[in-house]
Amino acid sequence: MRKFIFATVMSLMSAVGMPGAASAAGGGDVTLLKNDWSFAGIFGHYDKASMQRGFQVYLEVCAGCHSMEYMAFRNLADLGYNEAEIKAIAAEYEVQDGPDEDGEMFMRPARPADRIPSPYRNDNEARANNNGALPPDLSLIAKARAHGPDYLYSLLVGYQDAPASMEVPDGMYYNNAYSGNMIAMPQPIYGDDVEYADGASTSAEALSADVTHFLMWAAEPKLEVRKRIGVAAVFFLSIFLIMSYLAKRRIWADVH
Amino acid sequence: MAKSTSNSKSPSADGVQEPARRDFIVVATYAMGAVGAAAVAWPLIDQMNPAADTLALASTEVDVSKIVEGQAITVTWRGKPVFIRRRTPDEIARANAIDGAELRDPQEDEARVQRPELLVVVGVCTHLGCVPLGQKTGDVKGDYDGWFCPCHGSHYDTSGRIRKGPAPTNLEVPPYDFLSDNVIRIG
Amino acid sequence: MSAAKFSNPVVRWIDHRLPVFSMLDHTANEYPTPKNLNYMWNFGSLAGLSLVIMIVTGIVLAMSYTAHVDYAFESVERIMRDVNHGWLIRYIHMNTASFFFIVVYLHIFRGLYYGSYKAPRELLWILGVVIFLLMMATAFMGYVLPWGQMSFWGATVITNLFSAIPIVGESVVTFLWGGFSVDNPTLTRFFSLHYLMPFLIAGVVVLHIVALHRFGSNNPIGIDTKGRQDTISFHPYYTIKDIVGIAMFLLLLAIAVFFFPNAMGHPDNYIPANPMQTPAHIVPEWYFLPFYAILRAVPDKLGGVLLMFGAIAILFILPWLDRSPVRSARFRPVFRIFFWLLFIDALALGYLGGMPAEGIYVTLSRVATAWYFLHFLVILPMLGVFESTKPLPKSISEPVLATTGEAA
Repeated sequence: MRKFIFATVMSLMSAVGMPGAASAAGGGDVTLLKNDWSFAGIFGHYDKASMQRGFQVYLEVCAGCHSMEYMAFRNLADLGYNEAEIKAIAAEYEVQDGPDEDGEMFMRPARPADRIPSPYRNDNEARANNNGALPPDLSLIAKARAHGPDYLYSLLVGYQDAPASMEVPDGMYYNNAYSGNMIAMPQPIYGDDVEYADGASTSAEALSADVTHFLMWAAEPKLEVRKRIGVAAVFFLSIFLIMSYLAKRRIWADVH
Repeated sequence: MAKSTSNSKSPSADGVQEPARRDFIVVATYAMGAVGAAAVAWPLIDQMNPAADTLALASTEVDVSKIVEGQAITVTWRGKPVFIRRRTPDEIARANAIDGAELRDPQEDEARVQRPELLVVVGVCTHLGCVPLGQKTGDVKGDYDGWFCPCHGSHYDTSGRIRKGPAPTNLEVPPYDFLSDNVIRIG
Repeated sequence: MSAAKFSNPVVRWIDHRLPVFSMLDHTANEYPTPKNLNYMWNFGSLAGLSLVIMIVTGIVLAMSYTAHVDYAFESVERIMRDVNHGWLIRYIHMNTASFFFIVVYLHIFRGLYYGSYKAPRELLWILGVVIFLLMMATAFMGYVLPWGQMSFWGATVITNLFSAIPIVGESVVTFLWGGFSVDNPTLTRFFSLHYLMPFLIAGVVVLHIVALHRFGSNNPIGIDTKGRQDTISFHPYYTIKDIVGIAMFLLLLAIAVFFFPNAMGHPDNYIPANPMQTPAHIVPEWYFLPFYAILRAVPDKLGGVLLMFGAIAILFILPWLDRSPVRSARFRPVFRIFFWLLFIDALALGYLGGMPAEGIYVTLSRVATAWYFLHFLVILPMLGVFESTKPLPKSISEPVLATTGEAA
């Protein structure tokens, strides 16, 4: 009977277009929302405005728990910030330097060359502050998960009330994009969590899309140049293939 | 050469008719291959140039307030030692006592400092890259009381100019500016 | 072979004392090659090109890579982010590794189809299998170097294969690790060997080519060349044909490198290695999947390992398992059917190796494994006795002439 109710709820959800409805039935299998990312496709490119907003979301929502170990402030130039802006962003952080002449380590304002400081000193502190779960580093997260961007987006908007048949233990949350549906991360984005200077939408979906855009860039900062060279390389090699085939036909013309 | 091993059944007529086109397409194919190979070579070579993170680290900030007169400190900039010496009035006077134009690498002392009391030079001998002596109180400072390179005997004066020995040029002055009265940023 | 054939006096002077130019000329220019080779004969040169690409990009990557458990992952990320064109060089290295295996697998199946392993080319074939083994070892160790999750757990699982050896197994594994788990000593030795082994491969490739040139290339008809009318010089005919293959190969490689660079990798390898946590589904690189399926098909540790190595070992004795005097499958109608069954079987094993080891997949893996060994150990020897083959043409020129005659 409970099974029946569960099935009914799920089919109703899918009828109204709720994402991932079919997924939970499988227990671990999930369907991902496919977004129309500007960086997808052969001519894909990043949307700087979206990435800047996404960076803001990261700073105000994610950075409390999630580090971005491999990102330096200087990398923000890719987002369209100029040198002065990057310096200003960096200067809001303190990083440890030293030792000084007296052998002491000291704190100083961060510079563009510094990596973005992590919220915790080490993994153990991170676990201790998060019910034993380690918030993963986000610098590569978009490549470290299958279907990275779609997955991240689906996860961020995938928080729901657990179906009646599922017991959600304390410190766990129901998410229909997460494998097994039980995730230790509380819902981070509800909508209107940050205030955008450019007046863009701050719905939960928009914030999630922006931060995903930013995270994809963080994981694959060379995507644009890669695709640009790729188009030229494929064009060149296609011509080369045709030419070499014609040359082969010429040379072989007298072989019978 | 062994092209005509096939029997005479293939008439050479078509071969005669189109040699130009045949040559063109074959040569063009080989040329494209060469161009492609050259294009691929560039990234493989360029990767040896300094990487983005290396370039980003190219500046160092130093607090010079603690250097007392007549003393020098050594800081690291781009992996090289930089000498910062707070010169005594006597040292400044001696640096200005001679006509810079007559030196091996002609340069006036004032062209080498932003503030006369503070001399900032890269501590690498311009001969073959050793680090000259003269930073510590007990060091040999050479005939001109500046620095002395022990590797091949170059003598630098109190302005870091080459005066004697094999080095061709003066100790390099790195780009730097004063962020405040006490802090300079090199690079 | 006289040096007089070179017009340049410097070349002539050198060649008289050190006949490198004669060797080159013989290998890549006048070398008489059967004139009926089809495009399946392109994969040898493509494998050679792959090896060169791997060595060149590998040497370059090694300039920025740090073989230490604390820095390996980070140094690879530095290559991807900060080193000039580092992302390009690494993606080429990653994807060419996969392409290298595709090319070599096709090369092997071409040899199987046209009977290229048969007398007098047995040693040529065996050297090829040696290259294949070295490639697998090299690829495995290379995959460990970025020190991601799959690197670490792949290394753990594969090295643990040796623990199946009776009595000394555990000691062997400890020896391989240089410790009590996969750790820094393991990483540094893998780096050292990963750098060394491509050069060993290059050495065996030279032997492979020497053996090839002893009797010349096999050909689609599988009969020996009978004289000059059957052959053409390697250059320009096969150089240009190889270039066509190279262009196709590079085009596909470029599409992979620039548009799907991580498609043949695993997302988990972008997570730094964590010795405390195994990923939910660990799979080897795709090119090991058929062998992985054979390993898992056997419910016994030692048995699985033996069978997996046996799957490769069996290739060494293939020239003596298949006793049919006819080389090419064109004239062996029954063999041809079994060849394609083996091909499908290999693809099936590859697919099954990537599936979870449960339910129907286990059964299917066992069937496919059994078929693999049945093919080599029973079917091939029996075909050599019972198969009635089609009549062979008298020479390579004969059927070729016949077909062109029809066309004309």
